[in-house]
Amino acid sequence: MVPTLSGRIQTRLFLLAVIGWPLTMLVTPLLPLAGPMPDRYRATLVVLAAVAVLGVGWELLYHLLMQWRWEKDWPTLFGLVTLLPEGLLVWLLGSRAMLPGLTAPLDLAAFAIHFVLVWLATWLVANGPMRVVYVRWRFRGGRLL
Amino acid sequence: MNVLAEPSLPPALETAAMWSDSEVAGAGIEVHDVPLVSVGGGIGSFVTVDYLRIAGGLTPVDIRVLSRQRRAWQAYKHLATVSQIPRRGRIRSDASSRPDNIWGFPSYAWQEAIRDWNPGPVFQVLVEPVLADYYTPRLQDVVDSLDREARRIGYDEMLVLGNVEVVRKRLGGGYFTVLRPECAGSPRDGRPPAAPVVYRSRDVHLAVGYPGLRFLPDLQRFRERHDFHHVVNAYEDHEHIYQALRRRPGTVLVRGAGIVASQVLERLIRDRREGGSATRILHLFRTYVADTHGPHMWARRHGKDGFAYQGFNYPKSVWGGQLRARMHDLEGPERVRAYEEIEGTTTPWRQHWQNQLDRARQEGWYQSLNGVIGDLTWEQGAVVARLDRPDEPHSAALVRADYVIDCTGLIGEVEEHHVLRDLLEHGGAARNPLGRLDVDQRFRLRGAENGDGRVYVTGAAAYGGYFPGVDTFLGLQIAAQEIVDDLAERRHCRYFGPLRSFAEWLKWLTGRQI
Repeated sequence: MVPTLSGRIQTRLFLLAVIGWPLTMLVTPLLPLAGPMPDRYRATLVVLAAVAVLGVGWELLYHLLMQWRWEKDWPTLFGLVTLLPEGLLVWLLGSRAMLPGLTAPLDLAAFAIHFVLVWLATWLVANGPMRVVYVRWRFRGGRLL
Repeated sequence: MNVLAEPSLPPALETAAMWSDSEVAGAGIEVHDVPLVSVGGGIGSFVTVDYLRIAGGLTPVDIRVLSRQRRAWQAYKHLATVSQIPRRGRIRSDASSRPDNIWGFPSYAWQEAIRDWNPGPVFQVLVEPVLADYYTPRLQDVVDSLDREARRIGYDEMLVLGNVEVVRKRLGGGYFTVLRPECAGSPRDGRPPAAPVVYRSRDVHLAVGYPGLRFLPDLQRFRERHDFHHVVNAYEDHEHIYQALRRRPGTVLVRGAGIVASQVLERLIRDRREGGSATRILHLFRTYVADTHGPHMWARRHGKDGFAYQGFNYPKSVWGGQLRARMHDLEGPERVRAYEEIEGTTTPWRQHWQNQLDRARQEGWYQSLNGVIGDLTWEQGAVVARLDRPDEPHSAALVRADYVIDCTGLIGEVEEHHVLRDLLEHGGAARNPLGRLDVDQRFRLRGAENGDGRVYVTGAAAYGGYFPGVDTFLGLQIAAQEIVDDLAERRHCRYFGPLRSFAEWLKWLTGRQI
């Protein structure tokens, strides 16, 4: 991918809303979570929102790091492996119930499954199918607006 | 009077910048009406027409492609083949740069992986360029996919073979494009030459490619004084050199540091390894790049052993990333400075090329030189190159070789092409800060507007504009997208939204004719 800063942020928010949110709604009942269903949804949706909000900061950092690359591109692999630092940060905050809206610390297994599933789904869509629907997207640095 | 002389245009039309319908009818020239013509018929025309058919919803009746090529890939494949990319070889292009697929998905990597039942290409895209070289498609796969798409969009129905002579403005709007059809033969074979015909259209698209091969002055002088055999441009058919070198040992001077030089080196090295030749290679760099280079820490390109390395013809971000965004609004000197920042001959880093050259250096039959050829002469059965060396400005070195293969490329100067030159002289066209044709962000040729009509220029002739990567597969697609969006805004074709995009992609995937 060859994103611009605004393209990065727009793409992240769009894919989390269009792919991440429905996927979260579908998988939440299947995750190894205890408690009533509204609390389970609250936990997974807070994680999703954290990935979106913290992600804006991450994108600023990625954009800065990208400036050292001559091509000013963001290889496919980078889009995949950044799940590690991002997942770790959300987990560190969530396991200490430091994410606004969380009523209890996150469960590791449920968090890991949910986070990785959403990440993989959005990454896969960004690396192909997105172009099928939004044919101008790849030539505009990931901008949708 | 020579009865086989080509019928020419009446003098009144030759000199007039604007033609009326009655003047053209009075000259007895056959007129065909069509909303849009694309002049060129190479990959630039193909990509634009593909976009117009799929995204713009135009039918074959709405478009005529005026071309000297029966197949859009003909000139491209010829240049690629003679410059040593074999049929199964890989071109310098990204996996998702597909001139046959406006979405770039599935990429060539997916296609190759599925066809060969081998996940390798997809895995390579996953880890490129960090853990592997960039994946690049095979030349033959590109050609085959263009043929498939040509059948799908009815390309042959739109194709008219012939030589375009001029494009002139029409009184009342639009343009006349004069074509001399190919079908009636030529004076050489004794048949009467074809009378010109005129295509009257609202819009004209020009993608005429590079006007010719670049022959530097020293090379031209040698060829005028001696022969065309020992000193060649790498884009000419020069197979005789490789054949001769397989028969007896010799020395080749390779000039240039771009992708073509790399391919020529690969061929010479392969012939040594597999064909038993004992060729010695002298490699001449005009600008010897010893290390990573660039004006500041955020603009540094990798370099080593003379070469500057870059995955593709331009930094990747010209195709939609921050470089495209940055250059979108740059004018005059600012734009020139931005071009200067990314200019310079480059070649991709390919590990097998690195290994080949490392071995060649160790074994002593590959030597790099830094300098510029001052003169080429023929002395005692060899080509002698006098090198002016930047490191020793007062001493010229003499280098003897059996052959010189010049890899400095193609001519991009627009005045070398008769249609473009005519547009500068009669069509109101102007030059951009880099000397090519001045197009706006939508690839409309500035100064050539005529009533409701527009001339769009894509490909090499538009280099120096707001978008740098014009002469690449993806660049041609970006330009086509802008043109089709502009036509949609002008209400001459449909707007391409997400739903129709998905529907058209399904048709592409299933090979459904449109």
